[in-house]
Amino acid sequence: MKRLVALFALCLAVWPAYAGESIIMQSTTSTQNSGLLDFLLPRFTKKTGISVKVVAVGTGQALRNARNGDGDVLLVHARDAEMKFLKDGWGIDRRDVMYNDFVIVCPRSDPAAIRGMKDAAAALRKIAARGALFVSRGDDSGTNKKELKLWKAAHVDPKGHSGKWYRETGSGMGATLNAASAMGACTLTDRGTWIAFRNKGDLAIMVEGDKALFNQYGVMLVNPKRHPHVKAAAARAFMDWLTGPEGQKAIAAYRLDGQQLFFPNAAPTN
Amino acid sequence: MLARFVILQPIAPLAALVFYGHMENSFTQAFVQAGRLVAHLDPDLLEIVGLSLKVSLSAVALAALIGLPLGALLALYRFPGQRLLTLLITALMGLPPVVLGLLVYLALSRSGPLGVLGLLYTPAAMIIAQTLLVLPIVIALSRATIAALWREYEETMRSLVVTGPALVRTMLHEARFELATAILAGFGRAIAEVGAVMIVGGNINHYTRVMTTAIALETSKGDLALALALGMILLALALAVNLALHGISTWANLKGHHATI
Repeated sequence: MKRLVALFALCLAVWPAYAGESIIMQSTTSTQNSGLLDFLLPRFTKKTGISVKVVAVGTGQALRNARNGDGDVLLVHARDAEMKFLKDGWGIDRRDVMYNDFVIVCPRSDPAAIRGMKDAAAALRKIAARGALFVSRGDDSGTNKKELKLWKAAHVDPKGHSGKWYRETGSGMGATLNAASAMGACTLTDRGTWIAFRNKGDLAIMVEGDKALFNQYGVMLVNPKRHPHVKAAAARAFMDWLTGPEGQKAIAAYRLDGQQLFFPNAAPTN
Repeated sequence: MLARFVILQPIAPLAALVFYGHMENSFTQAFVQAGRLVAHLDPDLLEIVGLSLKVSLSAVALAALIGLPLGALLALYRFPGQRLLTLLITALMGLPPVVLGLLVYLALSRSGPLGVLGLLYTPAAMIIAQTLLVLPIVIALSRATIAALWREYEETMRSLVVTGPALVRTMLHEARFELATAILAGFGRAIAEVGAVMIVGGNINHYTRVMTTAIALETSKGDLALALALGMILLALALAVNLALHGISTWANLKGHHATI
């Protein structure tokens, strides 16, 4: 028993001390899985001494966690949901940060015969008509919200086929790509995660370039009036940096395999 | 039997990987990568391994401090509802970590009853979750062990009039080597689980990222080789802890003590 107490004391004693201020950012799997945050955050921390702790979940869950007060700042990508979050008073000071786009990937054999199509909704309609396998995030993430919007535009209700050709993984972008790769299915993915993804297997981009596939990322502060413990000053410093010249330049500088993953588009500050 | 169960547990996160394709390739790469990570003493890896051990060992130590006396009490004393309580605790051994993680999240969230403590997304939250996860195992296994031993000791203890805290202490001492197995089983569950620490820790880089959440992350990045390499290191770690305890008990046995691990 004494030894156990000693072991526990030892565990606490060797615990590293974390110096400096830190904020918690609720963000999405795409910003983490693409490696962007690992590239950006050390630069910000070096400049300000503020460290950013990232909890990477789907946009839906990120918004819910932030609503519970479990975070200081949000970096997500589902404009409609973000606007509702602001309107309900849970967040303030939303700013555009960057964009990229979504693409539809399928096995190279192109089971739905959609290669090269420019109309994403029409491509989905064709997938549904052929009953080609399609893997959905099914997790209320930004990507999932976008996908459902596209199905709506295609006048198809995929949920009626759930478990047949429409398969909802209920997990992150990477896990969903793994599943699509293993099943030989099509899926919708953001280009950032796609480029960084290491297990593409037989998958390739079939549809891209539709305006409807635009993917805007925004940053906002969790409302300190609703949650007084929010570290507003440090979080604002991060938002200023991210949307300022330095952060914007860093976003543009992040490349993988020679490709730029995210395109900065914050409104210039005065 | 138990020891084998303990060693096999950390394989669970690896099994998930088998689901995905390109395995032959990944396996070779994984071995190479695991070797490289270990050979270079990769600082990120050391940090993650260190945190894994700190969190899980702290949780197991806490669970042992609370659970061993409770297990002994359950074995040695009769009281109303005892059978039901024992049954409930045994059932809790099967509680999915993700459910427990969710419960701890709801309790520690800023909007939850313990939100003011600001513990969510800290290693402390992970220790709390894993302690609760391990506790039923320690209680149930120590209860069973001491109940079995009690049949052997009952007469002696009664004739010596050993009761109360002294009895609990004596029985725990007499059963210490078997109880080590219970604690190992708890450690196996703690070090291998990903669901609870993912939710309450948040898998924050350099802060709450442990082996299992790192494996989940690398898997979702599609870097199966790195994920597998981390899995191998986790397995080796679990093996090392098991061997260490086995070594201690063998050594104690050689010194003339009673040991059965």
